[in-house]
Amino acid sequence: MNKTPASETPVESTLTPQKSFLIINRRAPYACNQAREGLDTALTTAIFEQPVSILFLSDGVWQLLKDQNPAELGQKNLAANLQVLPMYDIEQLYVCAEALDDRNLSIDQLAVPVTPLRHNEIKVLIQQYDHVLTF
Amino acid sequence: MIFSIVVQGAPHSRQSAQSALRFTRAVLAQGHQIYRVFFSGDGVHNGSLIATPQQDECHVVRGWQALARDHQIDLVICIAAALRRGVMDETESARHDKSNSNLAEGFTLSGLGQLTDAALHSDRVITFGS
Repeated sequence: MNKTPASETPVESTLTPQKSFLIINRRAPYACNQAREGLDTALTTAIFEQPVSILFLSDGVWQLLKDQNPAELGQKNLAANLQVLPMYDIEQLYVCAEALDDRNLSIDQLAVPVTPLRHNEIKVLIQQYDHVLTF
Repeated sequence: MIFSIVVQGAPHSRQSAQSALRFTRAVLAQGHQIYRVFFSGDGVHNGSLIATPQQDECHVVRGWQALARDHQIDLVICIAAALRRGVMDETESARHDKSNSNLAEGFTLSGLGQLTDAALHSDRVITFGS
């Protein structure tokens, strides 16, 4: 376990207007670190009191599965992070409906409530945000 | 226009680091501003002082350093990602009882909040993924 790294807390705001953020997660949860980085970035942005939504695309939909047990791989459970998102006011989670279909997954297999969107709806969604950060 | 750049790839593993460097130069050449370059994930290796590519290859670390020197670009490396991968400055090296540090001059270690801060101060954030 690492000792506490230097400050992860918000720097004093040099007062800036709020901007909306969409975090896009595209990777499966335990093969690379992108999934964790995406969730960490969402939480950090929320701590800065900026509006944040998360969109799960492509293999990123695997991050949403119930009953993940990565301890077998020597990794920490990412789904636990999903459960805390509402406490950070991250209420809006979106998932690509086609990505679920392609992988033969259904909404009731997912660990948290998410809004499924088709590709044409995702295009509209992305246009609504000031910044899009992709992981 | 004000840009910030996110680099998620390690040099010599992914083209993304070199693409990010070239894009950053192009942004400046077009007369735009760079607010910050933020290195996360494997991108932290962009700040390793001891990286030694062969002489006929692009030296990405020195490329970033030259930009920092010539244009006062803020090069920030995610501290949590860096410590995991063994990239640290003297302060962190001492804190974690290591005998060496390897953060190249021109780079600083800081938290993920610097990415949010960069987005708040930039018109565009461009991610070079891994």
